[in-house]
Amino acid sequence: MAPLVAVVASTHHPFYYRASTQPPDQRPASVDTWVRKIEAFRETLRVAEPDVLVLVGSDHFHQLWLDNMPQFLVGAAPVYDANWYNEEREFGLPRMRLQGHPALSRHLLRRGLDLGFDLAFSNELRLDHSVTCPIITLRPEADLPVVPLYTNIFAPPMPQPRRFVELGQALRRMVEEWESDERVAIIGTGHLSLELGGPRQFGPHGPDPAFDAKAVRWIAEADVEGALSEVTLESLAEPGNATHGFMDFLLMMGAAGPGTPADYVDSLDLFHTMEAYFTWYPKEGT
Amino acid sequence: MSRYLLDKFLYTVDRDPDLLERYRQDPRGTVAWWEAEMANRLLACHEQERSSWLAFEDAEREALATHDYPALFALGAHPFLTLTLFIGLFERDHPEPLGFQRAYAARLADWLGKPYPDISTC
Repeated sequence: MAPLVAVVASTHHPFYYRASTQPPDQRPASVDTWVRKIEAFRETLRVAEPDVLVLVGSDHFHQLWLDNMPQFLVGAAPVYDANWYNEEREFGLPRMRLQGHPALSRHLLRRGLDLGFDLAFSNELRLDHSVTCPIITLRPEADLPVVPLYTNIFAPPMPQPRRFVELGQALRRMVEEWESDERVAIIGTGHLSLELGGPRQFGPHGPDPAFDAKAVRWIAEADVEGALSEVTLESLAEPGNATHGFMDFLLMMGAAGPGTPADYVDSLDLFHTMEAYFTWYPKEGT
Repeated sequence: MSRYLLDKFLYTVDRDPDLLERYRQDPRGTVAWWEAEMANRLLACHEQERSSWLAFEDAEREALATHDYPALFALGAHPFLTLTLFIGLFERDHPEPLGFQRAYAARLADWLGKPYPDISTC
């Protein structure tokens, strides 16, 4: 059975690439702090020595569109081109190309369907920054094969928050049941409080620091029941209109194992959003 | 109410560099052309396979034709799509970093403390 060597949850900030590739003598000190935190976070994945990455994210209306909208979709391609013209335009993101892992894709689809998750699939998927940001921050060599899993946190109606937790738990089980000795890491990115296209966007910090403090605590403890006792599809609109991205963190809390404290926790209060970084090293039975 | 079609306009223009420039230069003409030629295109299908029923309401057409993003917000256009497209259109006119994004937020300030418009398309 495949070893699950790390579960990594992170915010994804599309400006990191541009900020971190400025010449060091031209960038503000705040970027140096950000880079130091990212490099320390990167180390938590490196020491786990993964062979393959399952990447949980959410397409931002790039390839997945309202005429044919999946709730959960697994990439099943041998190769993934990545990043789109409007991400190049707005964030300066580079075009990328990642190797896929069709055998693991097939396994996740088969087992996912058998466990009661009607997963959609794509044989030709161009990835976006929800998945490439963690490659840039955590594995800039981009040298490992990946299997993307996209969730709908964008277009109502969306699945309930608890469903994200359940899928995370199932995802971990599927990985651990995979007949392979390849070392798997599950990396997922979401958001804390976030506003995009509304009056609270791009403020001096995230739109709801109190929610962020609570959310970091929930994630750090994988306190699924604490989070679910306060978070609903309706309530997630209150901290900011893009805060449904927190549901990808719920998925990762499910994968980490409800009630399992993270082995690594860090955060950074940036303009317009709070960044947060978590790593678990799974042990059997957690 | 055709929120889906508003979103479809924002989506198709945002992803096409030529169309984005055309919409910046000539919003009313681009919206008229788009509604006649593109509104009923099935995006993942051959161009001859078309829908037959999609059209803007007057307020929607006017909001797009006047680059009126506060009106688009009020109509329930998806805020992410509107923001991304309008950054592409107008960020270049604001020299200070995030200047356009902050001006955009300020123009929506009347919504602070109120429930935002419904953005669901079904």
